[in-house]
Order: sequence, then C-alpha cells, then structure tokens
Amino acid sequence: MKISIERATLLKAVAQAQSVVERRNTIPILSNVLIEAEGDRVSFRATDLDIEVVDRAPAMVERPGATTVSAVMLHEIVRKLPDGSLIHLTEDPASGRLTIAAGRSTFSLATLPKEDFPVMASSEYASNFSAPAPALRRLFDKAKFAISTEETRYYLNGVYLHVATGEDGPVLRAVATDGHRLARIDAALPEGAQSMPGVIVPRKTVGELRKLLDDDEAQIAVSVSETKIRFATPNITLTSKVIDGTFPDYSRVIPTGNTRRLEVDASEFAKAVDRVATVSSERSRAVKLSLDEDRLVLSVNSPDSGAAEEELAVAYGDERLEIGFNAKYLLEIASQVDRENAVFLFNSSGDPTLMREGNDTSAVYVVMPMRV
Amino acid sequence: MAPMPSLCRACLTPFEGGARCPACRSPRIVVHPELFDLSIAHMDCDAFYASVEKRDDPSLRDKPVIVGGGMRGVVSTCCYIARIKGVRSAMPMFQALKLCPEAVVVKPRMQVYAEVSRAIRSMMEDLTPAIEPLSLDEAFLDLTGTARLHGAPPAVMLARLVRRMEDELGISGSVGLSHNKFLAKIASDLDKPRGFSVIGRAETAGFLAARPVRIIWGVGTATQAALERAGIRTIADLLRWDRADLVARFGQMGDRLWQLARGQDSRRVIRDEAPKSISKETTFDEDTTDPDLLDGHLWRLAEQVADRAKAKGFAGRTVTLKLKRADFTTVTRRHALHAPTQTADRIYREGRALFDASGERGPFRLIGVGIADLCAGANADREGDLLDPDAGKRAATERATDAIRARFGRDAIIKGRALR
Repeated sequence: MKISIERATLLKAVAQAQSVVERRNTIPILSNVLIEAEGDRVSFRATDLDIEVVDRAPAMVERPGATTVSAVMLHEIVRKLPDGSLIHLTEDPASGRLTIAAGRSTFSLATLPKEDFPVMASSEYASNFSAPAPALRRLFDKAKFAISTEETRYYLNGVYLHVATGEDGPVLRAVATDGHRLARIDAALPEGAQSMPGVIVPRKTVGELRKLLDDDEAQIAVSVSETKIRFATPNITLTSKVIDGTFPDYSRVIPTGNTRRLEVDASEFAKAVDRVATVSSERSRAVKLSLDEDRLVLSVNSPDSGAAEEELAVAYGDERLEIGFNAKYLLEIASQVDRENAVFLFNSSGDPTLMREGNDTSAVYVVMPMRV
Repeated sequence: MAPMPSLCRACLTPFEGGARCPACRSPRIVVHPELFDLSIAHMDCDAFYASVEKRDDPSLRDKPVIVGGGMRGVVSTCCYIARIKGVRSAMPMFQALKLCPEAVVVKPRMQVYAEVSRAIRSMMEDLTPAIEPLSLDEAFLDLTGTARLHGAPPAVMLARLVRRMEDELGISGSVGLSHNKFLAKIASDLDKPRGFSVIGRAETAGFLAARPVRIIWGVGTATQAALERAGIRTIADLLRWDRADLVARFGQMGDRLWQLARGQDSRRVIRDEAPKSISKETTFDEDTTDPDLLDGHLWRLAEQVADRAKAKGFAGRTVTLKLKRADFTTVTRRHALHAPTQTADRIYREGRALFDASGERGPFRLIGVGIADLCAGANADREGDLLDPDAGKRAATERATDAIRARFGRDAIIKGRALR
C-alpha cells in the first residue's frame, strides 16, 4: 500500500476512528485502525467490538493495499504535523512497518496483519430511513444528560429511540432516564421509519454519533435492526450494537395531572439556582423552592456551612408550595431551554415535577424532588 | 547509681529503687528509668467477656470459660485457664472444644459488656479527655500535661485506673505506657494479664529490632507474606531498607513501616473517631445454599445495620456484601449508591442485588452486609426514584415501623421476611 493524502483530510478521518478505540484494552488489534486503499479513496476503520466506525477520504492511491496501525499514535502524529502538508503512507511488507512521511519528518509504525482485524458482521436491517442531521442532533443532545451511569441498571445506559404516538400523531422519540430525571424528546417521524424497532442506543454511541451531525444540511441514513443501529453520511458509517435489554415503561413516570404552573425565565432561574447552591456542602446539593403568588424564593440551608436565599419574580398563581430539588438536576434541565420561558408543572412536594419549554410538548423533562 | 523511678501497683506509692514496695512490701512494682516521663497509654482488659462472665457467675471462677456463639461460631474470648489449653480468640468453636472439652461455653451478652465498658470509660474520663476506644475493652489514653492537674504523673494515674477497675467492677486490665500509640499498644500486650509495661524512648530501637514484623499493628497475614517475599522478617530487616525503596515496593504502607520500624508514630489519640463503615454478619450453624434462608439472614442483617445507622445518625453511600464460602475463602462486593441511605429496605435490596450479581451459589458459612462511605444521616434517602414509585411508600412504611418499635419494643412489628 502506498498513498498520499492531504493532512486535514487525514486528520479528520483518523480523529473519528481513534475516538472509538478503547484506551485501555488488552487485545492489541483493537488499538489499531484498519487502513484500506483502493481506487481514489482510502478508508479508516476502527472498532471496540460494540461500535464500528468507517471513515472514507479521497486520496492518491499509488499502490492499493491494506494494513493496521495504532490508531492513537497515527492520530497524534498527524495532529502534530504542520497544517497543509501532504502525507505519504507507505507500507513495507518486508519489515512489517508503515512509513509516514511529510516534509522532513518520517515515522515508521509497527503494523498488525489486516486479517486479524475484527470486522463487524453485517446484519439485516428491519428499517431504513433518512433523517435530517439537525433533527437527530436535537433528539440526542436534549436527552443525553439524563442517561444513567449505573451499571446495575444497564438498560438505562443509553437513549431509547423508538416510534411513539405524540399529540399530533406518530413521532420519532428519544427517552433517557437515570431514575432521578427523565428526558422525552420528539421529532417528526421520517418517512420509512414507521416499522423501526425500538432500540437503546448506548451512551458511547451517542457521543460518537454527535460528530456526524454537525452539518445542518446533511441527511443521515439510519438503519435499525433489533440488535444494531447504523448511521451513515456519504463519508462516515457508524454501526453500533444496541443495549440488549428492555427499556422501562416510561409513560407511567410522566405526570399528567400536575396543575400548579410556574413560568420563569430559564437563564435567570439557572443563575439563581447556581448562586444559592454555592453554600451547600453536601454532594447532593439540595435547593428549596418556595412558591407563592408570583414569587419564587430559592434557598439553601446547610447547617455546617451556611445559608443562602434569592427571590425571583415569576408567574405563579396556585397555592403556596415548598419543594426541594438537587441543584444539579435543576441546572441541567434549565439549560435545555433556549427559546422561551421554562414552564414547571408541580403536584405535591413528594411527586415528580414536569418541565417544558413554553407550551412545547415535543421536549418534556421530569425530575424527582428531594426531601428538604 | 542514679535513682531508679519505681511505682508500687498495689498501694500506688512512688519510690526509688528496690525489689519491693517500701510502704506495703508488695512485689507488684514497676521500675523504669522513664516511668514518670511517659504519657501515651494503651489499656486492654484481660479476657474481657470471660472476666465479666466469671464475675457474674462465681461458679465459673476456676473453670475454663469460652465466650462465643453456637456450634459453628468462633471463640470471641476465652479465659486464661482455657488459653493454657491452647484455645485462642477467633478459633472455630469445634476446634476450641477439641482442645479443651471441659470448657464452659457461654453465649455473649453484649449488653452487659457494653455496660461494663461504659463504666470503664467513665473512669478513664476522670484521667483525661483524650480517649480513643478501639473496642469495648481497649482504648488509647493520652495523659500528656495532666500531671499537674492530678498531682501525680500518668503512670500513677494509670495504675490507679486498673486498680479501681478491679475494685469497683471486678475486671482486670493491662497497661502499656510509652511515648506513642504504636509502642503503647505493643507494651500492653507484653505482660498480660494484670500487666503494666513500659517502653521508654531510650530503649525503643533496641526493643524493636529483634521483634518480628508481625508485631506491627496493621501487618496481617497478607502484608506479612508480602514482606517475607522481600526478605523482611524482623524489624531489624526493615531497618536495612531505604525509605524510598519501601515506598516503591509497598506504597503508603511502606512509608509507615519505615517510620514504625524506628519506633516513630505521630498519630494522635483521637477521641471517638467517626466510624468508617457499619456492617453486620452472621455465621450459619451449617453451611447453606438455601436462597430463602440466605435472604432471611440478609434482611435481618440489613435491618440491624439500618438500626445502628439510624441510632448513630449515619447513612452510607456504598452498600457492601460479604460471603464466606465453605472453604473459608471470602467474597466481597460493593456498590456505590447514587445517594446515601440508612433504610433497611434499601440496604437489603442493594445487598440482594449484589448477591444475585455475584454469581455465587454457595454453600456459604457466613453472610454479611453493611454500609460504607458514611455521611450524616440527615442527608439520607431524600431522593425518590422515578422508576420505583413504591420506594417512597416503603421508606414511609419503614419510618412508621421505626416509630412503632420505639414505642412498643423491637418485636412489636416485624416483616414476614425476617422469620425465614
């Protein structure tokens, strides 16, 4: 194999590959990226056995071929080479090395045979559809903060992507929860997605996927089976196993009878929460919300360290209510609101509270209160 | 010859040199050049549980007594008569009875021991506020700077303390007096029972050099084996090592070993150190694989842990599970919680999940559960779980149960699960 490729192109392709590679792993081949050159393109393939990413880039291929080298090392080298350089990758089968040359720099990396590289088995996809990148971006971005990290509830370690019935008919829905907060985000159902099986997309896949979704104009080809999900752009294909588990019935968790309505400027609210939470000494920083006629008092009382209080002008017309929350959760859900006021719907101080942006029900959040 | 500071342990008269007390002619004297200069002490009761049993039942006085539980239990304490036969603490009961078949086995009465312990504690309080109890029957005392207050040096006050324990409580103890905790603890063990041993600054190095590393508090079987692999058997061996080499090989422990080998120990006597964990365990009469039985034990233990946590105002951020297999190997599992807990329900559920996830099938001889990573109880169980809406109800039930028990006694209300 012998190819020449522009540094920026190579860097982008290798960056995506190396981020999939698990930093600590005991199987050497899994640290490597599989480079395959043919025609006028070169592809870079990396896997952690759960996720596989293939990144294709244009290159001058002098001699086609394939080999594998350390993904992290290749990425580091390319990153450190000067911008604008033309990089030559040459495989020497005799020495088993890959030479990377650019300008006056030459590197020689150990390779492992391409036959040892585990290529993810292809699967039959039950559903194939195309979705605009911004819609997918919104689904995952707004849901991912609620993904659980608790390994005992492994089925919560991802975003549940499925078809559901929204207020105006069927929607593509993303749900994530860790038992303390929950995010339910809806998007218009893309054509061809009706028959999609519901799948739990793992946290790491959500992170990797994000890099495919930056382009506002891009259309993402999505393929879903019971066990795998694939996202593809013309240059990048990301295939991931999905979490083998049953996502809990979240619909019973979302309160429908909460009538006490608070409307507040989300960013003012978040800043105030952040300020009063400063004096809290515990790890779970509890903030108390005291609501009265158009008045919200946020307070923290921490016996060992001190107390704080801040008053906000809000729209609230129901009876007095005192309710406590983990400050971190309030900040996270408030930060999801970017266009209108945040609307909170409470029931009692012990019941889950619902939050949404204005009257938009396409993104709702549920948060569990804390005893204060 | 310089006068040698001496103290009569019978009549507490300080004197200088001689084989007997000049006042009462008693031979029970302590003689040491630094006797009246040292102020860090370790007091350890002699065969505490067994002594309490003998005190309360004089017919046991001349018999070997073993305190411990059940056929499958272990010896928690044995009296000195039983020790002559080779019985030791922590020895399995069957083995102890093989060595000493005539022994009288008494079930532990923890409440009584705790009461005696409190009485001893209050006597110690008369000496100094700096008391660090290690268990019911032993404690460190720092008497530095108290000589003026008491009008007598620490050695005299300590001798008075053990004499008072014997007179008023019928319990004897041994005292170790030195210049730090490490040496005081070693000293109290040198001359048991009814001992009074002193390790002075001048003799520290010489005293330690010939001792095995085992003598160092915190060096258990595992560390001992690791040290042995490095060719370290005695403290003299340790002294040959560079500090940096010890640290490189044994980590933080290496640094401590380097210091302790030189008789250096800067740890202070800390009054009532907050506990790091709360746990309970039980050894079965017979090895078991019965899931119902194990589950019943798990619940009762979780309840005991929760009771203690609530009583002491603690909650744990981690739940731990311990299993001992029939071959005595131990399995431990732990799970960090999202938020601290002190409820039996939560501890039980997490313990059960750890058990199920462990993949262990038994047979087991012991099961234990506990909480660790403790924090204030006020912070516990404040967050509900969206996916487990009944958790709130169960917590409320537990609070109500606690209230009923507080009023009508422990057995006023119990879960069916506890009967398995």
